Amino acid sequence: MSGPAPLPDESLQGSRRSRLLPGIGGGRQSLAISFASTLVFLVVVGALLVGSPNWPQVRDSFFNADVFRETFPAIVGGFGINIQLFLVAEVLILPLAMLVAVMRSLPGPVFTPIRGLAIVYADVFRGLPGILVIYVLGFGLPGLGIPGMPKSEFFWGVVTLTLVYSAYVSEVYRAGIDSIHPSQDAAARSLGLSRVQSLRYVVLPQAVRRVIPPLLNDFIGLQKDTALVGLLGLVESFRRASIESSAAFNFTPYLVTALLFLALTLPMARLVDWLVARSRRNQLAGVR
Amino acid sequence: MTADALTIEGLHKSFGKLEVLRGIDLAVAEHEVVCLIGASGSGKSTLLRCINLIEPIDRGRIVVDGEEITARGVDVDRIRRHIGIVFQAFNLFPHMTVLENVTLAPRKAGRLPRAQAEAQALELLERFGLVEKRDEYPDRLSGGQQQRAAIVRALAMKPDIMLLDEVTSALDPELVAEVLDVVRELAAGGMTMLIATHEMGFAREVANRICFLDAGSILEQGPPAQIFSEPREERTRQFLDRVIRAGRL
Repeated sequence: MSGPAPLPDESLQGSRRSRLLPGIGGGRQSLAISFASTLVFLVVVGALLVGSPNWPQVRDSFFNADVFRETFPAIVGGFGINIQLFLVAEVLILPLAMLVAVMRSLPGPVFTPIRGLAIVYADVFRGLPGILVIYVLGFGLPGLGIPGMPKSEFFWGVVTLTLVYSAYVSEVYRAGIDSIHPSQDAAARSLGLSRVQSLRYVVLPQAVRRVIPPLLNDFIGLQKDTALVGLLGLVESFRRASIESSAAFNFTPYLVTALLFLALTLPMARLVDWLVARSRRNQLAGVR
Repeated sequence: MTADALTIEGLHKSFGKLEVLRGIDLAVAEHEVVCLIGASGSGKSTLLRCINLIEPIDRGRIVVDGEEITARGVDVDRIRRHIGIVFQAFNLFPHMTVLENVTLAPRKAGRLPRAQAEAQALELLERFGLVEKRDEYPDRLSGGQQQRAAIVRALAMKPDIMLLDEVTSALDPELVAEVLDVVRELAAGGMTMLIATHEMGFAREVANRICFLDAGSILEQGPPAQIFSEPREERTRQFLDRVIRAGRL
C-alpha cells in the first residue's frame, strides 16, 4: 500500500467519534450521507403510516391533540408516583442485592445454608414473571391481615419491586465480584487483612466500579416496571392513563405515559452507553 | 548461628494428584538470606505461598519465631502480619493510590491511626525513592516502581521475615536493577529473607545460602560459592548449565 494510511489510527480514536451517532467516523461526506439516509428512512416509514387505510381513525384515537392537552397534567401527576416508587425501591435494592451477592460469595462449607438461601432467593425471583410476583405478594401478603402490616399499595409496590430487582442486581454484583482476580484477595489476606476486610476494602470497591453500567441497565428496567404496580390499584401514570382513556374513549393518554417514560429512561440509556465507552477506553489505556 | 526465624519440617503439598512439595526440610536463621533456585514448577512459589498460609499444607509443620503457624486454630491473620510476601505480578490494589496501598494493612489489620500509618508509610516511600509517587495510582507507575511499591506495602507491616516470589520475573530487563537494589538494601539492613529467583548473579551476590529445588524437594543446599562453582548433584549441574547457556549467569 502507498500513501498515508489513516485507517488504523482512526479506528483507535474512539473518543473522537460522535457519541450520539457512533457509526459516523467524522468528515463532512459521511455526515451528509447519514443525514440523507435517515431522512429517506423517515419519509418512507411516515408515508407507509400515513398512507395506511385506517390512518385517520388511528390518528384520532392515538394522536389526539385535545385529549393530549386535557389529560397531560393528571398523568404527569401520576408519573410522580412512578418516580417515587423507583427512587425508594432503588435505595433499598442496592444494599439488599449487595447482601445477597456477598452471602452467595461466602466460601467454605460452614456457609452452605446461607449460600443456599441466597441461591434459592435469586433463582425464584428471577425465574418468576414480575407481574406474577406483584399479584401474589401485593394482594396476598396484605390479605393475611397481620397486625402492624401496612395496607398501602405504595408500600407493597415497593416491596415487590425491591424483591424482584434485588434478585437481578445481586447477580450483577456477583459477576463483578467474580471478575476480580483472586490474586487481589490473596494480596490483601497476605498483609493480614481478614476475609471481611479484604472483601470490603479491596474486592467490593473494584467490583462495584466494574458493574456500574449493567447496574444502571437494571435501573432502567426498574423505572419501566413501576407501571406494573398500577395493577395493585395504585393510581400511577399507567393506571391514570387507562382511567383517562376510558373516560375519553381515546388512547392518547397512553401516548402521554409512553412519552413520560421515554423522557426518564432515554437519558439513562445514553448515560449507560457513555459509561461503557469510557470504561472500554480506560481498559485499553490500562493495557498500553 | 542465631535462633531460627523459620523452620520447615517434612512439608508436603499436592494440588489434586500433582505432588508439588515432597518433604521440604529447611531452617532459616535470623538475618539470613536464603535463595531458592530451580526450574519452573520445582515448587519454589508454592513453598513461599505455604509459608504465608495462602496455600493450606497437606503434611508437615512450619514454625516461625518459635510458634507453629500450621497448628490447628492459630489466627492466620495475626501470623500473616509478621510474614511479608511480594508477588511476581505485584498485585497492587489498582483502585488505591500508592500511599493508600501502603497504609491499608497497617490501618485496618494493624489498627494504627491514619496519621501514624501515613507518617510511617512516607518514611518507607522516602527510603525507597517513591515518595513523589505517593498520590499516583498503580497504572501510572512503571513495573519497577510498582514492584518497589509492593515491597514497601509488605514492609509497612514490619514483618519479621520477607518472602519474595520471583519479584523481577515480570519486569522489563532495564527495570530489574532498581528492584534488586531494594532487595540488597533489605539484606544489608538485616532482614530475614527467603527469595525465589531466576536471577542467578543476584542470588550468588546477596544470598548466605542457596537451595536448589528439584521436583518438590531440596536436592542440594550450600553457600553460593559452592553451589555455583562445584555443585555436588548432577541435576544441579545440569540446571546451572542451562542457565549459563541462556546467558543468565
